[in-house]
Amino acid sequence: MIRFEGVSKTYPGGQQALRQVSFHIAPGEMAFLTGHSGAGKSTLLKLISIMERPTVGKVLINGHDLNQIQRRQIPYIRRDIGMIFQSHQLLMDRSVFDNVALPLVIEGYSHREISKRVGAVLERVGLSDKARSLPITLSGGEQQRVGIARAVITKPPLLLADEPTGNLDPKLSMEIIRLFEDFNQAGVAVLIATHDLGLIARMRYRTLTLKKGQMITDGLTEDWHDEPAV
Amino acid sequence: MSLLFKGRDEGARRTRISALQRTLMFFISHLRQALSSLGELWRNPAASMMTVAVLGLSITLPSTLYVLLKNTEKVSAGWEQASEITLFLHQNTQPGDIRQLTTRLSLWPEIESLVHIDKGEALQEFKTLSGFGEALNYLEDNPLPDVVLVTPTSKHTSPTAAQRLLDKLQKEREVELGQLDIQWLERLHGLVGIAKELVSVVALLLFIAVVLIIGNTIRLNILNKRDEILVLKLVGATDAFIQRPFMYTGFWYGLLGGLLAWFTTWLLLWWMSDSIARVTQLYQTEFELTGLQGESLLGMLGLSVFLGLAGSLLSVHKHIRTIEPK
Repeated sequence: MIRFEGVSKTYPGGQQALRQVSFHIAPGEMAFLTGHSGAGKSTLLKLISIMERPTVGKVLINGHDLNQIQRRQIPYIRRDIGMIFQSHQLLMDRSVFDNVALPLVIEGYSHREISKRVGAVLERVGLSDKARSLPITLSGGEQQRVGIARAVITKPPLLLADEPTGNLDPKLSMEIIRLFEDFNQAGVAVLIATHDLGLIARMRYRTLTLKKGQMITDGLTEDWHDEPAV
Repeated sequence: MSLLFKGRDEGARRTRISALQRTLMFFISHLRQALSSLGELWRNPAASMMTVAVLGLSITLPSTLYVLLKNTEKVSAGWEQASEITLFLHQNTQPGDIRQLTTRLSLWPEIESLVHIDKGEALQEFKTLSGFGEALNYLEDNPLPDVVLVTPTSKHTSPTAAQRLLDKLQKEREVELGQLDIQWLERLHGLVGIAKELVSVVALLLFIAVVLIIGNTIRLNILNKRDEILVLKLVGATDAFIQRPFMYTGFWYGLLGGLLAWFTTWLLLWWMSDSIARVTQLYQTEFELTGLQGESLLGMLGLSVFLGLAGSLLSVHKHIRTIEPK
């Protein structure tokens, strides 16, 4: 599904965010990406959504080399990737319904289809009664679920989440992760970047660890626990 | 259109709606975006009104000048029809010859009517009107020639036909000199031509100003909506989709500005109609001022909408590209 081949990223100014990173995430796989702040997690996700381009190496999604994608094709790539952000990236002056419907509006779905799908996905994230509310009136956990609903409404085969539990307490964080597990069980590949090691420790998922731009471990959380050196 | 995953569900196409429905949906969504852009203007009435006012007043000046120019042309076109030819006869022409001449000329198909002004009568009239009075009695001879005033038929009143008739009349033996009173008309045409060019130049400059004003207003709109544009880009909106509401904003600015210009032009003409009527009374002509209507009104509105779209296109092209999620 996602394949990195010897990817390095150097920002203008010389800061090296990623060094020779290679890994592969299979279709329908769920994995965590972890590491300290500034280790390169966000950069790695940005390379997948083409917010940045690699300096060296190749990023492939479903076998397609993203280096070959031209600027005007980028919107279509992003429609295949559900993205969730720590800062939610919601439109604060539009209702929850409108926010979640946005990807469908962009793709030109009919009004009826939009209502049907938004209703279904809001029910799934437990926000059926908030459709008409403005995001600003919701709690942090609820806002994050709006973001997730928007990310999955087009049923993308791939979900990327950048610190989705960043501002949430452990109980709410767990609820969010359970939501991702649900989608993963429906066959969606999920990659979650987080520095919440406690959260990962309670899971049994593959974990990719970055340190100063290099991939230092790649394996199940159990194996990772057996390595006290990290 | 999924580039990465062949056979993935494809938005609108998956629901298998007919081409007609899809076309209908396209127009409905455009209409919806147009109305939401209008709503946005409505929600910031002060700022929108100011922009519309600037546009309206900028378009008012050239359109008022245009209307005045059109009316001047209409009036002078009426004058051109009245051209009259004055024939001055040789000093020594005998009254018998003059009678022959008038009889001959009255048979010409180009000529509607003739008036002979006898040189004796002319001198008499000159005496009473000029104020020289008795002084003219000291003249040995009457220095004035006999004059024949020729009015051409309506077919021969246009400047070129009248000129041709004049040339023909001047070949007559008794005629010393013929004058066609169109020189002042030609001068008027020249002046109107200069005015026309002036209007074009002023209009061009003001139109450029309108485009720049709208461009700048839309630029500010885009920068104000930076966050929203970022979110739209993150969820896969194309530049075309993002720029559409801004284009509609430009469209509305143009249309509203055009309507305002129409109104102010009407107001100005109404204001000036009294003084114009006074001038036309002096020329003893029946004259009604024509405002902007029909085609010229549509033309003006079309032009202002075009200017609005051009301004927003300028801005949208430059600025939406540069806002990219980082």
